[in-house]
Amino acid sequence: MPARALEQMLRESKEDDILLRVEGLKTYFFQRSAVLKAVDGVSFSVAQGEAVGLVGESGSGKTMTCLSLMRLVPQPGARIVEGEIWFKGDNLLEMTEQEMRAYRGHRMAIVMQDPQTSLNPVYTVGEQVAEPVRLHLKERGQQAMARVLDSLRAVRIPRPELRLGQYPHQFSGGMRQRVVAAMGLTTQPELLIADEPTTSLDVTIQAQFLRLIRELQQDSGTSVIWVTHDLGIVAQMCDRVNVMYAGRIVESGRVRQIYKEPQHPYTRALLDSVPLMGTRREKLYQIEGQPPDLRSIPEGCPFWPRCPEAMDKCKEQYPPRTSLGGEDFVHCWLTEEGR
Amino acid sequence: MVKYIGFRLFQALLGLWFIATLVFILSRSIGDPAEVFTARNSGVDAREIMAAKLGLDRPLHEQYLKFIGQLVRLDLGDSVSNGIPVTQILVERMPATFTLGLIALLFALAFSLPLGVLGAVYRDTPVDWVAKVMAFLGQSMPPFWLGIMLIILFAVVWGLLPPAGKGEWHSYILPGFTLGWGVMAGMVRLVRSSMLDVLDSDYVAMARAKGLPEVVVIGKHALRNALLPVLTYSSLVLGAFMNGSVVVEQVFAWPGIGTSAVQSVVRRDFPVIQGVVIVFGSFFILINLLVDIMYAVIDPRIKYTQ
Repeated sequence: MPARALEQMLRESKEDDILLRVEGLKTYFFQRSAVLKAVDGVSFSVAQGEAVGLVGESGSGKTMTCLSLMRLVPQPGARIVEGEIWFKGDNLLEMTEQEMRAYRGHRMAIVMQDPQTSLNPVYTVGEQVAEPVRLHLKERGQQAMARVLDSLRAVRIPRPELRLGQYPHQFSGGMRQRVVAAMGLTTQPELLIADEPTTSLDVTIQAQFLRLIRELQQDSGTSVIWVTHDLGIVAQMCDRVNVMYAGRIVESGRVRQIYKEPQHPYTRALLDSVPLMGTRREKLYQIEGQPPDLRSIPEGCPFWPRCPEAMDKCKEQYPPRTSLGGEDFVHCWLTEEGR
Repeated sequence: MVKYIGFRLFQALLGLWFIATLVFILSRSIGDPAEVFTARNSGVDAREIMAAKLGLDRPLHEQYLKFIGQLVRLDLGDSVSNGIPVTQILVERMPATFTLGLIALLFALAFSLPLGVLGAVYRDTPVDWVAKVMAFLGQSMPPFWLGIMLIILFAVVWGLLPPAGKGEWHSYILPGFTLGWGVMAGMVRLVRSSMLDVLDSDYVAMARAKGLPEVVVIGKHALRNALLPVLTYSSLVLGAFMNGSVVVEQVFAWPGIGTSAVQSVVRRDFPVIQGVVIVFGSFFILINLLVDIMYAVIDPRIKYTQ
């Protein structure tokens, strides 16, 4: 068999494993006097059953990337201006709104940051978990309720029969976040987007929740996108990680590789600003300056004003994609020049 | 729930007692009725006979106790001007005021709910501008002026509707519209801003993320939350319609409590004034009570604690 055909076959078999492939996604906010480039050409992919991290500071475009995946960017104001989002064989950005609704809550679900506000205060928990069941699985009455109970049990909510009829305010923060997870997972979606779901939880509750999601993920084979600024969570939960800065992915790689040999100075800075057990450091590293104003991103690499190793070239031109083997890559002149 | 309602009832009674006392004091400080009902040049004797007939010659505390005692038995005394029992006057006139207020509120809600919701959902589009213009017009036209304009147009010029008085159903249209119009304006703003707040919330985003169609997202998840402030406002409005109707009832010669209030003040008919104010007050208290209970039904977060 000729080498080219073999290569082709390999690529196709790999392609079958890919659940989600994002290509050159751009989501902009159109404001009265400026255009805010929240997501500015993001590309990444998620394999079946894989957990992928999306890491960056606040305002780096993580959440807007996630909302774009579900085509739920804030209206009016934001718009997906360019790109492709391939979910299996379908480009989500070419779908009608009605086709898209069949994906939301069925094939892809989201858990948001704040469990205090992501449940509707005036409906019972049971009713809110039952909604996607009735809508997408077309189950009614007893059958639907049985599934809701199963989901609440799966996220280990004690006494689910009782909890079913209660309202969100009767739940603690951690329990609410489990309800939100149950709501998302009850239809057995192929992709779960977890948008900083543990930020507002206590550390112990946080650990419980992470363990729970990892177990559920392993049992069901759901792919997960973890959005976080916490590299500890990434290390614990993810196979791959994409580091975002100013609306772009600046480095992407396997978690182990990135922790061992971070290429981008921004990734290094992020890693250095995490306190490590058993190490003694005079002072925790902190990244100087502020993330750029997304309405006027500087020429060249947007990180250069804060980069300790910035060169003249960095101020002039955005660094090209430098492959680091496999699917790993980085956008940095240091790596590009060093080769 | 029962305990909560019991407590609120007790509070309501306390409020009523306070109003009754205030009314008693006020109606005795606006001038001597005995003087009004005796001829200007009649002597001291005539005035004293009149005062004795009205019970005004007794010491104040005695008058007060008699007043409260009668009030408990729902006896508000007799009108000084025509001798008819005040309770009878009020019972006869209450339905007219009440229906008018209700029609006005329904009218206000029927316009402001859809306008406010559409204004919020289609923010900064022509739909929103229409809602804003309606709100502006509503708040800038005083009811007495609007009422007269409507009478001129619909009754005098076009002859479509009766100009005044209470008769068949179509006689309710003009006064109901006039009374509801100003309130509609405020409500459009309230519904719109309350809806905008709710639409920005995470649980609405979450409802969309479940794949629910927009009609369900807005009608089920957003509207019920947005209605809470509207409910409070409606109750205040319903109470205020009792006062607002004083003006509108005058304009349309509507045989309600508002008209008797004006007449009794002009005639210093203090038992009627007392009765009218007590009815206004009790109505306010009753509505507040009902709203608190409805609130607890709509929003499960409100607990039935004291």
